[in-house]
Amino acid sequence: MRTLLDWLDDRTGYRALLSDALYERIPGGARWRYVWGSTLSFAFFVQLVTGVVLWAAYSANAQGAWESVWFIQNEMLGGWLLRGIHHFMAQAMIVLLVLHLMQVMIDGAYRAPREVNFWFGLALLGLVLGLSLTGYLLPWDQKGFWATKVATSIASMTPIVGPAMQQLLVGGSEYGHLTLTRFFALHAGVLPAGVIALVVAHVYLFRRHGVTVPEKHAEKPDGMFWPDQVLMDAVASLAVMAAVLGLAIWTGGAHLGAPADPAEPYAAARPEWYFLFLFQWLKYFPAGWEVVGAQVIPGMIVGLIAAMPIIGRWRLGHRFNLGVGAAILAGIVMLTWLARAEDAADPDFVTAKAEADAAAERADELASSPMGIPAAGGLAMLRADPLTQGPKIFAASCSSCHRFEGHDGLGGVPTDPPSASDLAGYGSREWLRGLLDADRVTTDEYFGGTEHVRGRMARFVTRGLPQLTDAEREDLAKVILAVSAEAELPAQAGVDADDAETIEEGRELIASEAIDCVRCHTFRGFEGEDDVPVLTGWGSREWMLGMLHDPTQPRYYGENNDRMPSFGVEETLTRQEMELVVDWLRRDWYSRQPSM
Amino acid sequence: MTENESEPAGPAGEPRRSFLTSVGAAAVGALAALAPVAAGVAALLDPLRRSSSTEGLVRVTRLSAIPEDGSPKKFTVTADRTDAWATYANTPVGAVYLRRTDAGILALNTVCPHAGCFVGIAPDASRFACPCHKSSFDLDGVVNDPASPSPRDMDSLQVEVRNGDEVWVRFQHFLPGREEKTPV
Repeated sequence: MRTLLDWLDDRTGYRALLSDALYERIPGGARWRYVWGSTLSFAFFVQLVTGVVLWAAYSANAQGAWESVWFIQNEMLGGWLLRGIHHFMAQAMIVLLVLHLMQVMIDGAYRAPREVNFWFGLALLGLVLGLSLTGYLLPWDQKGFWATKVATSIASMTPIVGPAMQQLLVGGSEYGHLTLTRFFALHAGVLPAGVIALVVAHVYLFRRHGVTVPEKHAEKPDGMFWPDQVLMDAVASLAVMAAVLGLAIWTGGAHLGAPADPAEPYAAARPEWYFLFLFQWLKYFPAGWEVVGAQVIPGMIVGLIAAMPIIGRWRLGHRFNLGVGAAILAGIVMLTWLARAEDAADPDFVTAKAEADAAAERADELASSPMGIPAAGGLAMLRADPLTQGPKIFAASCSSCHRFEGHDGLGGVPTDPPSASDLAGYGSREWLRGLLDADRVTTDEYFGGTEHVRGRMARFVTRGLPQLTDAEREDLAKVILAVSAEAELPAQAGVDADDAETIEEGRELIASEAIDCVRCHTFRGFEGEDDVPVLTGWGSREWMLGMLHDPTQPRYYGENNDRMPSFGVEETLTRQEMELVVDWLRRDWYSRQPSM
Repeated sequence: MTENESEPAGPAGEPRRSFLTSVGAAAVGALAALAPVAAGVAALLDPLRRSSSTEGLVRVTRLSAIPEDGSPKKFTVTADRTDAWATYANTPVGAVYLRRTDAGILALNTVCPHAGCFVGIAPDASRFACPCHKSSFDLDGVVNDPASPSPRDMDSLQVEVRNGDEVWVRFQHFLPGREEKTPV
């Protein structure tokens, strides 16, 4: 073994290199305050390792990015932890960079001959921020999509070259496949290569100049990099890793929002927390001052920091630099706090955040369903989901007349009173019982806002039904079961099967003398009148779609139709939109817990 | 140093360097690197050649779907879209607000002219409000708050009513963060 190593050393000279690297004398001895640079190297190394493994499972295109990240997060063994470490270590790097910069400033370690190394450090800070910015988009979820749009919009404001710069960054005029391929090339190729090159130069210059020892420590005996300082570095790195692991496990890893959708508003768009101060900053610049706020002033502040080595030469320069550093830090902390406080106090933002979380959870629920993510992608999956789309379509196209549990489908309450029935539970036994309740039929829940409140049906319910005998009342209950069974609601399938015999009775009793629905309504074998809704298949998918398509057909309200638009005939809703809203009303959607 | 050992110790101490050889080395090296660099730069700059994929007017909805009372309503714009290597038929590409005004149908792009967020309708439906940097616009899309960071009004789009009641819109995006409307 010894001979082999001798041979290797003879051919490579590795021992001298190793000894140079490890047996560096540290004037004044090893100290805890020198650990920041090493923890940063460690953090970067963790990012390289986790990043390459993530890369091995990631697909950089608009129909594969969210999908592959979902797969990493939820299906791959330990994928959530891997992503969590990468996510939180990125944030730890920002914190460590700021600490490192603060330590360098306080110790005056930027002064001659270390100016160039200070600038390398600032460039590294820029590259790491660039890595964060590009990494935020890669999962292609709503959060990353909208936050990054703001960032590229700011880039486009640059005088003269801005529009071209944005187009090159985005890979075209709109976000799409090429945006991801380009951001990924930056995130996993260009920027890490830049970081490696600069770290090598940074460490080389650092070794050339050595640590900056305060005078009071200059008398202490020298220490050795190995093992004295390395032990401290290792302990600090372990502490960083423990904190990151703790965060990753505690939070369950990095959050993944709903798939990015340019057609879907996202009112909770916020950058990562360490960019919040810039976000807040932008609010204070009125029209015409965007470039000043987003580029000129931040650029001047960075320029001021870069000039610190030169300013530091003057007598009070160092103190001035410390003052500037403290002011910048205080400003950043204050702006971040303001951004947080304003959002927390803004009910619209809180609602938007809750909606975003709900959409994210729904996307996850659908992706983990037996159907899985279709080849067309997560966005197509969400767009074809009745639970996601139904309420929006209802709020946009139905809620000017109808209500759903008293609201517009999305929880809002329109100012005008409803002019048509509340459709929550339409087709169910419960809904039908309400309709046939003399006290409820003329309320806003049913016919209250419609012409039908003066119609034959309302008259029958308010005057005829209260006169039923107890026995007839029992018959009516069976008829309700029979008519509701026509809807074939998935949620009612179980009880409908249990009550098959009662339903069979109800189908005959519907023609009994006291009830006699079929005097007007058509039901199975019984022929009713035209322009009165047919009860055969009442509330079924086919029946409801037909109603939406054209309620003026004789099988629905015909000439008696009261203001209900023909969404299909007028093409105000597409076939798919009608299906989505009908499936939503019928609660016919995938759910992780089978509905009762 | 090992390098010195191999150098012939001439009278001048160092071997002669020919100016022509230096120029030649640099030129030949540059020539060798030219082709891959040129090809790489060309490919990187390719997006500059491409203009917006949505051109011309697209059918958005029917007149009857726009509220009679003049309140704005959001409509998803679906159009054929080519995104790099993939062509999507009839896919959602964005959204517009449509509302009836005395001058006809008003179409506003939902993208904020400030920094590109999705402008929403305020809960009381009295104005448009951007959820990001708090720009505020009236229902005509005009900035109505001096503290709004938006440099211009919301981007109105060309609207045509065709075949009696079909609403067609020229769905365009404009550069954010500047006073003038420059199509992307």
